[in-house]
Amino acid sequence: MQVTVNGEQREIAAQTVDALLSELAYEGTHVAIAVNFEVLPKSQWADAILKSGDEIEIITPRQGG
Amino acid sequence: MVNFYGKSFSSRLLIGTALYPSPKIMQDAIRASGSQIVTVSLRRETAGGRTGDAFWSLIRELDVTVLPNTAGCRGVREAVTTAKLARELFGTHWIKLEVIADNDTLQPDVVGLVEAASILIKDGFEVFPYCTEDLGVAMRLVDAGCRVVMPWAAPIGSAKGITNRDALRLLRARLPDITLVVDAGIGAPSHAAHALELGYDAVLLNTAVAKAADPVAMAGAFKLAVEAGRSAYEAGLMETRDFASPSTPVVGTPFWHAVS
Repeated sequence: MQVTVNGEQREIAAQTVDALLSELAYEGTHVAIAVNFEVLPKSQWADAILKSGDEIEIITPRQGG
Repeated sequence: MVNFYGKSFSSRLLIGTALYPSPKIMQDAIRASGSQIVTVSLRRETAGGRTGDAFWSLIRELDVTVLPNTAGCRGVREAVTTAKLARELFGTHWIKLEVIADNDTLQPDVVGLVEAASILIKDGFEVFPYCTEDLGVAMRLVDAGCRVVMPWAAPIGSAKGITNRDALRLLRARLPDITLVVDAGIGAPSHAAHALELGYDAVLLNTAVAKAADPVAMAGAFKLAVEAGRSAYEAGLMETRDFASPSTPVVGTPFWHAVS
C-alpha cells in the first residue's frame, strides 16, 4: 500500500509499525513514531495497523541548540 | 544552586549539542563547560541510517540531564507532536518549547507558544519556553503553568548579547519566583556574565561555544563567566549614576586651598 514515510511516498508491504521498521531496516534503532500526528508508544508498535495514505514519521535524536 | 521543576543543579550554564566541528569536540566542550543540562533535538531518520543512534550514545556517555527541544517547529500542532515524540524518545517530561514565527529571524511565535505550552502542561510536560523579552507574554506563560521562562537576548545565532537590558530587568523584577534563563543571542562570555549579573538564573547557549575557534577553551571561558556573573549578582552590584562620584576622599586633597 501507499503511505508517506518522513515526507516521502512509499509502497510498503508491512501492515504494522513493527513490520514497517524492519522492512525499512530501522529495527533495533532508537526511534519514535508518529502516525498522522499521533505519537505511538513503543508498546503499541506490534499491534498498530497501518492503512493506505497514512503519514508516518520516524524520528531520531539529533544535535540541537 | 539553580532549580528547574524541582531538580537542583550547581551549573547555571545550559548548552546545545549542534554545530561542533566533531563529535569528540562536542563531548570535550560540554565537559569543559561544566553544564549538567544539554539540549538535543529530533529529526527524521534517513532510511536505514544510524546517525541518531550514534549521536544518542555520545550524549549518554556524558551523564547529563537531557532537555529535548522543538527547534524549528512552525506551528502549534507540529510543536506539540514533536514534544510528545521527544517524551517517547528521551523518556523525559522536560521540553524546550520553540514555536517559530519567521524563518529569517527565528522570532518566537509567542501566540502559538502560549497555546502549545498550555496543551503540553495539561498533558504533564514541564515546559521551558523560548520567548521574547515581552513581560505580557512571559506572564501568560506563567499563567499557563510554566515555572521556567527563557527569553532571548538577541536572535538565535546572532552573537549580539543582551539587546534589551531594561526589558530583561523588568522580567526579573516582576517574576521573582520563576526560573529565568537567557536563551539565544549570546556571543561572548561577557554577555553570559551580564545575564547572570541581572539576576537571571542561568543561560542557554550553543553557537558561541560550537563556532569558536577553540570550542573546548571557549566552553571553559563561559563556565568562568557564568560563575563570575552569579557571584557578582549575589554580592550586590552598585547602582549606576549619571555623574561622577569620587572614589578617593576629597578632604585633604593637596593644594586644595589654591583651587577656586
